[in-house]
Amino acid sequence: MAVAESTETFVGSPVKRKEDASLLRGTGSFVDNLTLPGTVFMAVVRSPYPHARITSVSLDAARKAEGVIAAFSGADLAGDWAGSMPCAWPVTEDIKMPPHFPLTSDVARYQGDGVAVVVAESRALAKDAAELVEVGYEPLDAIADVEKALEDGAPLVHEDVGTNECYVWKLETDDFQAALDAADVVVTRRYFQPRLIPNAMEPRGVLAQPGPTGDMTVWSSTQVPHVLRFTMQLVLGIPESKMRVIAPDVGGGFGSKVEVYAEEYLAVALAKRLGRPVKWTEERAEGYQATIHGRDVVHELTFAATKDGTITAVKSEALCAMGSYLQLVTPGIPLLGAWIYSGPYAIPNYSVTFTGVFTHTTPTDAYRGAGRPEATYVLERTMDALAAELGIDRVELRRKNFVQEFPYTMASGLTIDSGDYDASLDRLLELLDLPAIQAEQAERRERGDVKQLGVGFSTYNEMCGLAPSRILGAIRYAVGGWDSATIRFQPLGSVQVVTGTSPHGQGHETSWAQIVADELGVDIEDVEVLHGDTAVSQLGMDTYGSRSLTVGGIALWHAGQKIIEKAQAIVAHQLEVSEADLEFSNGAFTVKGSPDRSMGIKDVAFQAHAAHDLPDGMEPGLEATAVFDPPNFSWPAGAHAAVVEVDTETGDTRLVRYVAVDDVGSPVNPMIIDGQVHGGITQGIAAALYEEGAYDEDANLMTTTMTTYLVPSAAEVPSFETDRTRTEADNPLGVKGVGETGTIAAAPAVVNAVVDALSHLGVTDIQMPATPERVWNAIQEVRT
Amino acid sequence: MRSVALTVNGTRHELELEPRELLVFVLRERLGLTGTNVGCDTSSCGACTVLVGGESVKACTMLGVQADGLEITTIEGLARNGELHPVQQAFHEEHALQCGFCTPGMVLSAVSLIEAGEATDEEAIRLGLEGNLCRCTGYHNIVRAVASAAGVSV
Repeated sequence: MAVAESTETFVGSPVKRKEDASLLRGTGSFVDNLTLPGTVFMAVVRSPYPHARITSVSLDAARKAEGVIAAFSGADLAGDWAGSMPCAWPVTEDIKMPPHFPLTSDVARYQGDGVAVVVAESRALAKDAAELVEVGYEPLDAIADVEKALEDGAPLVHEDVGTNECYVWKLETDDFQAALDAADVVVTRRYFQPRLIPNAMEPRGVLAQPGPTGDMTVWSSTQVPHVLRFTMQLVLGIPESKMRVIAPDVGGGFGSKVEVYAEEYLAVALAKRLGRPVKWTEERAEGYQATIHGRDVVHELTFAATKDGTITAVKSEALCAMGSYLQLVTPGIPLLGAWIYSGPYAIPNYSVTFTGVFTHTTPTDAYRGAGRPEATYVLERTMDALAAELGIDRVELRRKNFVQEFPYTMASGLTIDSGDYDASLDRLLELLDLPAIQAEQAERRERGDVKQLGVGFSTYNEMCGLAPSRILGAIRYAVGGWDSATIRFQPLGSVQVVTGTSPHGQGHETSWAQIVADELGVDIEDVEVLHGDTAVSQLGMDTYGSRSLTVGGIALWHAGQKIIEKAQAIVAHQLEVSEADLEFSNGAFTVKGSPDRSMGIKDVAFQAHAAHDLPDGMEPGLEATAVFDPPNFSWPAGAHAAVVEVDTETGDTRLVRYVAVDDVGSPVNPMIIDGQVHGGITQGIAAALYEEGAYDEDANLMTTTMTTYLVPSAAEVPSFETDRTRTEADNPLGVKGVGETGTIAAAPAVVNAVVDALSHLGVTDIQMPATPERVWNAIQEVRT
Repeated sequence: MRSVALTVNGTRHELELEPRELLVFVLRERLGLTGTNVGCDTSSCGACTVLVGGESVKACTMLGVQADGLEITTIEGLARNGELHPVQQAFHEEHALQCGFCTPGMVLSAVSLIEAGEATDEEAIRLGLEGNLCRCTGYHNIVRAVASAAGVSV
């Protein structure tokens, strides 16, 4: 098939996006843009206390307020739930999984925990009435720090669980301890990765419309319409067959919408009760409390090495905040990094332990990279520490330990299909001109400049493309990791593609059309990609974990092969030749050796629908569905470098350059890939320098709006220098995931650069985010 | 309620507004112009940016009644005769949008910046767009799109 990168094909070309036309004109279909006749509006009353016993809920005043249709406490709705909000990843047999209902009725366990709900004729009236709900609270001690939460006598998030320890998960190779004991050098470093608040630009929203036969249509700003349909049956008892879930235009997710939230269950439950469409749109400040957070992990990372710099063992022990409840995959997030604590390095002995910890905080879950930024950060920071300890150049130390032969089975047990880590690093060094940077750094140090220069590296790999279903089963994930695609020729030759993926900015309408246009030899304008509606796309596992192309895209390719197979049988029948005598290229079947005897695929589509002359027993139509379950994860990798300027008087850090070289396999749309890389890097930079979801000692969230939680603007980041190296992945398109690479790689590169800028002063560590305050303090500490 | 007359995308509207209604909700909910998005409660994100008398204004910082007698342009009013405005076209060419939620506000801020003659180089463009947050693009391609529409090289 025509899938090689070339100007003759759509695949490999920077095709402009089909998605842009409506979004640029302001005619996007975001959930909040949709209001149905009779719609009523929901407001949630939330606990202002991180931990409190609820002694009373008085709804009288709210119920009497203007425009109010109904108001309910947690107790009022207790009978509406067929089950707890599910957590799909019980990572160990003895994990503690306390129940979690859309409204709490006994104890509020984090600031923002819902205690009552009001429905009114308008958004404003619902909000007015919500303020009239009187809740009696008996405040209790609360804890936000994962280490303190495990101490004896710490306030318990779930009293009946009896501990804040949610689970302990461990993966260790047989000879690990012996390798550690035998090492010439052991380096251990400790890291705190703060909470990150995802901040998709579109706040969450849901609109639930009850149907006449007990059916329900839900529009949600979600990454996972298929999962939402599934969980509605578990929580509300509505059969999946009666649920239609539509994810229209979705304004970013970054993992925060790989989730089914309390408000989605509430909207559906209330729509069912009231028989009217119920709508809820999150306010940003509300979202800071009620939408999941990411990270919040304390790590201790140990390398064992020989004197010459061969790393012989890696050990990670991490305390991972779960927050107050387990959301959809909360406990599993650390596991998404569990197999890559050796990164791109051949490290034969391996030990990783995660302890999940409940705290009185917003639940954590997937945020861009999910588990892999955590692992890569501690690994790449400690590479620099080991290099300093051994007196070996940090770039050479990385190179010396790179995996060289592929496929490569890591100590953790998974096999990397492809890669060339030296190639990415070589290209990075070409682009960077390290000697020039180091010369300037030396000059500034010599002069004692106020502004010092630093350069930091991060060489990474990651596992994405979630995921082989059998592996998911083996690690106790509740569902499969396949995806589906349908290709449907219409009688006159236009093509509908139905995908199980659910894009929210990734451009699948364009990239998927590129794949189909090349494979079937049709014009890209003839291909229409449908997604995000469970009534249209019945089978799907949605979009997260850089999985859409390597799972859904490969399913699409397989569906294309089935189309070709059927079309070939029709052509062979009508031209009275054997199938083996036909070849297919550029959208036409031609009899080998007789170029004048051919039939275009659009003609075949018409013949398939006319059905006047099909092979005996063949069904009319030209449509095929493929469901693809990947045999392996996807293994992108690369080498990134950050150059920073640090003001030693104010502690302010500015990025001067950022250079990224990634191997994401064969590119389908290089323009879209670059966009993913830019955005990913920016979220990594944000974590390194700006963003921190901070709680005080009593578990009050201190960063509650965009004025205190610093999402970077255009003024905080530079233009990026990007390039790609390429090794083919072991799949029919040679493709790898790209959505999370930048976020995984960037944070350690930037923090390593900040430390490098100050290393001549004696600074050896700065914790994320490297705010002016932290940097200034680090400088003062070494000066005194 | 107060009587207000405002002109949006060239069309005059006479409305009875509650004094507390923000301009952005007047546009979205009274006039059905849902291209103007709401991204935050704190005038931080710029998703709701519109042009008021040609200047970019965050429509969540202004009450509807304050718009009495003013001319407002929203994203729906930017294209002419079906043709995208040069800034919209540049966003398409340079892949300056992904999820598209910040895009209307970002485009209108850019239009205002260019028309004010302030999009003179990369630094000026970055500073000029400081009030508009995007979570998808890392701003790289947005800066290129604005530069391209402004006829400056970056």
